[in-house]
Amino acid sequence: MTINEIDADVLVAGGGPAGAWAAVKAAEAGASVVLADKGYLGTSGATASAGTGVWYVEPRPEAREAAMASREGLGGYLADREWMARVLDQTYANMNELAEVSRYPFPVDDDGRQIRRGLQGPEYMRRMRVRVRRAGVRVLDHSPVTELLADGSGAVAGAAGYRLRDEHPFRVTARAVVLATGGCAFLSKALGCDVNTGDGALFAAEAGAELSGMEFSNAYAIAPAFTSVTKTAFYSFATFYHADGSVLEGAGSQRGRSVIARTLLTEPVLCRIDKATPEEQRAMRLAQPNFFLPFDRQGIDPFTDLFPVTLLAEGTVRGTGGIRITGPDCATTVPGLYAAGDAATRELICGGFTGGGSHNSAWAMSSGTWAGRGAARHAAELGGRATGRPVRALGEAGVRPAGPATGGHAEYVRAVQAEVLPYDKNLLRHADRLVPALDALDRTWRELAGTLRGEGAGLVRARSAAAMTAHARWMYSAALARTETRGMHKRQDLPEQDPSQRRRLVTGGLHEVWTRPETAALAVAS
Amino acid sequence: MIEVVSAERCVKCDVCVKVCPTDVFDRGADGLPVIARQSDCQSCFMCEAHCPTDALYVAPFSGPAPDGSPHTDEAALADAFGEYRRIVGWGRGRTPGSRADSNHIFTERIRSPR
Ligand SMILES: Cc1cc2nc3c(=O)[nH]c(=O)nc-3n(C[C@H](O)[C@H](O)[C@H](O)COP(=O)(O)OP(=O)(O)OC[C@H]3O[C@@H](n4cnc5c(N)ncnc54)[C@H](O)[C@@H]3O)c2cc1C
Ligand code: SF4
Ligand code: SF4
Repeated sequence: MTINEIDADVLVAGGGPAGAWAAVKAAEAGASVVLADKGYLGTSGATASAGTGVWYVEPRPEAREAAMASREGLGGYLADREWMARVLDQTYANMNELAEVSRYPFPVDDDGRQIRRGLQGPEYMRRMRVRVRRAGVRVLDHSPVTELLADGSGAVAGAAGYRLRDEHPFRVTARAVVLATGGCAFLSKALGCDVNTGDGALFAAEAGAELSGMEFSNAYAIAPAFTSVTKTAFYSFATFYHADGSVLEGAGSQRGRSVIARTLLTEPVLCRIDKATPEEQRAMRLAQPNFFLPFDRQGIDPFTDLFPVTLLAEGTVRGTGGIRITGPDCATTVPGLYAAGDAATRELICGGFTGGGSHNSAWAMSSGTWAGRGAARHAAELGGRATGRPVRALGEAGVRPAGPATGGHAEYVRAVQAEVLPYDKNLLRHADRLVPALDALDRTWRELAGTLRGEGAGLVRARSAAAMTAHARWMYSAALARTETRGMHKRQDLPEQDPSQRRRLVTGGLHEVWTRPETAALAVAS
Repeated sequence: MIEVVSAERCVKCDVCVKVCPTDVFDRGADGLPVIARQSDCQSCFMCEAHCPTDALYVAPFSGPAPDGSPHTDEAALADAFGEYRRIVGWGRGRTPGSRADSNHIFTERIRSPR
């Protein structure tokens, strides 16, 4: 059976944790829901294959206060206490639902109480799939969305996509759409992230939505040079070495990552996880088992042997930039369009830094919940008025080029990767390198937007190439506009934090990219 | 990257074709899954975790295994099949690995770097 046309109250694009929660909560609010994922709801996205710490904090005022205060400085004081408090509340509720509704098998402490501060991706997302289906959501796997649909007023009215396994296009007319397509890791092969090519941000921009925090997009994860398995937390137990066995001074998993990056530009960096006690070593094996598979399979003992490491780009998966949120229900500036998870900006709760651990997953489940409910409410308000309204497709680059069409998405992907993956461009930022990189990306965009069109599965790849190109241009435009160092955005040419730039940067535009401060500088932290 | 589909173990259930997030497999004419797009494999091990008969092996490399590598040799790999599924704790009679999860220890450490 091939599905061509589907009608629903709410369409959720993306089936990671954000999309899964959005679908469940929209359905529980009474909406008919379709969830379309590029891969498979349950295995796809950054969470499904990883071990995830969760920002789960007991609702005691001192504990909550400490949790909120702990990251404000690292994030460059761009987060918002009100949003943090909401996310802490919502995450607490959702984790408890996971225990009670989904019967997630949490570990228990010595007193027999469940420890609800972490989730293992495979188990978590398998149970979310079950819950989504029980809620009556229609799930379309291997069905990437390729563009949004809008009505005559410009309100979002559904989406179109392609079913990879039956090789057939599909269209969902919907009263509201939640974009939960994850961040953008530029096909770097970082664990679980190759489905995350920033598609949602492109769709949102084509509909006229704005982005925020795109300068916070230079996350890199440490991985053994031979594989894609990242788990930066474990490297805080590591020592890094030159090839001759001497210690690489200043290198580290958190603040010393730029030392590793600089060294990797000219020579290999070796590593050994030699600061973990036997007990901690055992704990690591239980925390993220797939971390050890590549080592075990190569006969390397990471606690005693030296192994080469690399840094894999995680872009906005562990950066914080994304679609700008304009209300507590995760609405955007475009009616009918909602954003959640890594596709949305996470500045509201962590400013310009996520580093490792816990805030991202908390944001994904909280924002997913709010976006799902918000979309359901919007759909109910529209009601019958939306039935049969004329819609038009909004996609441009990669699907409706300005000039005569050609293929060749792979070359565009390589061209974008050449500007965003190198450490000396994106991680170790300097205007002397950002300006020419942005010029090159602008040229790539013009050519791509002018000529690229894919067909069938090629359409999906062409749209991903367009999305990555657009993402990279927003990143570097914002990185140039933020003429200081703040959060993860570190300018080698401007190493100081500038108090007058304590405000978020909004970015947007496709053919012409623009950047503006969201507000005047926020008041100085008390 | 994914390297081996064991014809001996596989029961042609199509689970791997369905669950692979980057759509690496096709169902072959004989029902056995074929590694049709290996270059799209992101080495996430999800297919291994989901395969009910431990018939898949993901080699510890981000690119294809070199020619003649033991990581493509089913006989040499015998013990490695099903290892990840065992640790995840899926399959009849097993306890979910998440019961023994200790990730919170490491998250704690990141929140308050020492
Ligand atoms: C190795 C690793 C470890 C991490 N550890 C932690 C941690 O310990 N704590 C923490 O809080 N966070 C952690 N994170 C971050 C966390 O995983 C993400 O923040 C979280 O997965 C975001 O959820 P999401 O649903 O927004 O996106 P994802 O989980 O990435 O899901 C996005 C989904 O959208 C789908 N998609 C993409 N494009 C389209 C399209 N065009 N159409 C339809 N569907 C599409 C994808 O297939 C995917 O299923 C980690 C990330 C990585 C990579
Ligand atoms: S999941 Fe395992 S048994 Fe099923 S088709 Fe794939 S390899 Fe064969
Ligand atoms: S390792 Fe992941 S990407 Fe590779 S074939 Fe298996 S499921 Fe697909």
